Amino acid sequence: MSMWTKQATERARRLNAAAPLTDGKVVAGDNVTALLERIICSEDRVCLEGDNQKQADFLASCLTEVDPGLIHDLHIVQSGLVLSEHLDLFRLGIARKLDFSYSGPQSAAIARALDQGKIELGAIHTYIELFARYYIDLTPNVALIAAVSADRDGNLYTGPNTEDTPTIVEATAYKSGIVVAQVNRIVDRVPRVDIPADQIDFIVEAPRPFYVEPLFTRDPGAVTDTQVFMAMMALKGIYAKYRPKRLNHGIGFSTAAIELLLPTYGEELGLRGNVATHWALNPHPTLIPAIESGWVQQIHCFGSEVGMDAYMSARPDVYFTGKDGTLRSNRLLCQNAGLYACDMFIGSTLQIDLAGNSSTVTPDRIAGFGGAPNMGADAHGRRHTSDAWLKAGYEAAGAEGPLVRGRKLVVQMVETFGDGMKPAFVEELDSIALARKLNMPLAPVMIFGDDVTHIVTEEGIANLLLCRSTDDIEQAIRGVAGYTPVGMARDHAKVAELRARGVIQRPEDLGIDPLKANRNLLAARSIRDLVTWSDGLYAPPSKFRNW
Amino acid sequence: MEKFTISTRAQRPLSGTTRQAILGVVASGNLELLFERIGGDTVEINILTASTGYRTVWEAVIRDFVERTSPGGVRITIHDNGARPDTVMLRLMQGAKMLEMPS
Amino acid sequence: MIPKNISKAASWYESSARDRINGLLDHGSFREILGPEAGVISPHLALFDLPPAFDDGMIIGRGTMNGHPVAIAAQEGQFMGGTFAEVSGAKLVGLLRAATAAADTAQAVSTVFLLLDTGGVRLQEANAGEMAVSETVRALLEARSAGIAVIALIGGRAGAFGGGGIVTACCSHVIISEQGRISISGPEVIETNKGAEEFDSRDRALVWRVTGGRSRALLGGADSYVKGDVASFRQAAAVTRNTLPDFSLATLDAEQKRLEERLNAYGDCRDTPEIWARAGIDDPKNVSELSDDAFIALLAEKGHAHGAR
Repeated sequence: MSMWTKQATERARRLNAAAPLTDGKVVAGDNVTALLERIICSEDRVCLEGDNQKQADFLASCLTEVDPGLIHDLHIVQSGLVLSEHLDLFRLGIARKLDFSYSGPQSAAIARALDQGKIELGAIHTYIELFARYYIDLTPNVALIAAVSADRDGNLYTGPNTEDTPTIVEATAYKSGIVVAQVNRIVDRVPRVDIPADQIDFIVEAPRPFYVEPLFTRDPGAVTDTQVFMAMMALKGIYAKYRPKRLNHGIGFSTAAIELLLPTYGEELGLRGNVATHWALNPHPTLIPAIESGWVQQIHCFGSEVGMDAYMSARPDVYFTGKDGTLRSNRLLCQNAGLYACDMFIGSTLQIDLAGNSSTVTPDRIAGFGGAPNMGADAHGRRHTSDAWLKAGYEAAGAEGPLVRGRKLVVQMVETFGDGMKPAFVEELDSIALARKLNMPLAPVMIFGDDVTHIVTEEGIANLLLCRSTDDIEQAIRGVAGYTPVGMARDHAKVAELRARGVIQRPEDLGIDPLKANRNLLAARSIRDLVTWSDGLYAPPSKFRNW
Repeated sequence: MEKFTISTRAQRPLSGTTRQAILGVVASGNLELLFERIGGDTVEINILTASTGYRTVWEAVIRDFVERTSPGGVRITIHDNGARPDTVMLRLMQGAKMLEMPS
Repeated sequence: MIPKNISKAASWYESSARDRINGLLDHGSFREILGPEAGVISPHLALFDLPPAFDDGMIIGRGTMNGHPVAIAAQEGQFMGGTFAEVSGAKLVGLLRAATAAADTAQAVSTVFLLLDTGGVRLQEANAGEMAVSETVRALLEARSAGIAVIALIGGRAGAFGGGGIVTACCSHVIISEQGRISISGPEVIETNKGAEEFDSRDRALVWRVTGGRSRALLGGADSYVKGDVASFRQAAAVTRNTLPDFSLATLDAEQKRLEERLNAYGDCRDTPEIWARAGIDDPKNVSELSDDAFIALLAEKGHAHGAR
């Protein structure tokens, strides 16, 4: 036996051991835990598919049932640590090491588990960073994934929520790993083949459809007048100035407000067709009015969104759909598009420091990053130009020329105070204190200040591209930080100088009256309006209904 | 809860003739304000707030408000349920605008 | 660029109580009683470290509707959940009693409008609130006996729950929009006592399917169904004012008979689509998805017009 085929031999051994529990590739739900005990070994790297939206939730609960005496010290490598079962693996001693990207609802539990030493943390990654490591040094031995349906050969239809699946399976299947898929239904023929059967080892029909979180739905009814006001400033001060055609929006009410103002205020500013035509974006329901008004030419999606499937199927000129008519999403490719093909990212954060570094970490929550650091990063590998990209680059350089590189516009929109009167502007990020406490070599920063080009608050816009010193940056940030302690400690003379230089723009400098900013400007004021805009195609989940 | 009064003087009396205006709602993160014309150039602001420890922020917001609108001869009574400073400023400006309208 | 079917008009659901009053009555005609300058606030909330409201969430007064004198009370659903409490309750009861006392005098009003928006009794003032509800019911029925129409308008964020649901049911006429809800026990209360299997309060589609404006209108729990804008409420309120049945024993007997028949016909149904199926509505599951215009057409054809109360 050659010493070059250890992995293939080990794979064959595990498959043999599992064979008595299966009928071809099909495994009965009751046999899954026993199957996992035969195909997983202690210290394996395991990817239990879960991201910010879809979850292999049945396989997750089966994995928590394995005998920790038999299987322990697993190394979990997955983008989202979102279900309580994901934490249970560590609590029960089944898993020990963790590399991940996003935690969302488990952010407090992760912080506690780290503090108690239940989790040995590798790193918190961005999505594409973790996916990249799947192909270098974090390749899964076993991947437990989720799909909508499978045929008996194991061809998978992953449906609109394809998301991470192809990336995970590719890395695992071609490196002698084992792939188990939970599917909602086993069918005679899948609508389209998203993952071919020869990359899949086992399929199990789950008792319930896999869980999908409606993460990107923002109720227009909850958009405040202040958010409308800030969205007006962003449209007039940034969209109209730089005219970014290709962009990504973060989640949050400020960007939802921009989406809802495109057909009204954006139209008034004459921006239709000149900005925001091509998107890397999840299917935000709040973008429906802009799509229906002819603003949007094309959208590529990281994942899908609950309730949007029929709408997207009916708008194939805008969305990427398969020949079967349903959306095809892909998180790796869309993140890459956001990094390299977009001229602008605009999103929110919880904290910004005096250098413009931003973080969503609080003293007892580690929410992870997801995609924001890549969406909100200037890609130094970018070589193609666009007007918006060059304009931002020239502004930063203070010059034009054949070797002056462009810049991606990275805009942070924050209200100066967040929930519970927590100031958004701080002298030191909470993440630094957290890193100290947990002995992390690098504090978790979502977007570093040197990537940020603009900060928009209810007090105005700070254009960091025009700053020429760290003092400029600090006072530009203080100058839009409102009545937070950071804002009140501003140097008034310096802020006046920055305003004269156009580094800080007040609403009145942009010709926007706060008393005229109100919800009546929104193209839709309720989820019901969005349904009407979509001609009844958008079917919002129950929790967003009031009819 | 915390209760205090901030009194100051404005450069000019507020224009217009409307005697009284009420706006806003005591809902979470919101506040209600009663504007009453009392004559003269003083500005008297009575604040009852659910969030304690923010008096200096109130003072700063009111200083800027008085500077921007010069609402002389006005008494403002506020019931606050944790509104943020930007909301407070917006409501103050809206209230002043309501008084400036002809009655 | 906004399609015709997206309303840009002032929305009842989004408006404050004061904006609803101003939109409902003739422009500029509203005269508030015990306005904010009177400083009649709750004496109890400070004990709970809670900020009061100038009007205790109940705005009362007089005005005109198409020139006719009317009385009006509006609850602010965003303040303490639009609750019934000592001061707010006394203001409402006082308004109704004053309307009754003024009947056949120069101060007479033809109608009292109740713009209810409430989760029920304010927990911090529970005893006073419970008494306020019962006194309101008595005062309301006395006003009706005196020939005054009492019209409820339901379409706010808090709906009309608890005592608000009881008061609504006692009115001469109920106007409701899609967002409006009427019930006695709120969804959370039912879930707490009977479990999520009985009523899942987080299933908002279910909550509205059972307690919402469309179901109430179809079953006769509300008499007029209107689109959600303030102008539509005003239009319905103006039209129905003089076309209401007598508050007589015959009327009450007819209402009692109607309710008995309804219970016999639908009492064993578990959810509203079962009721709509029995009532002969095509595609009963789709009732909540219809546009307002389509629903209004359906209501005209299949609704329970009864003119009882």
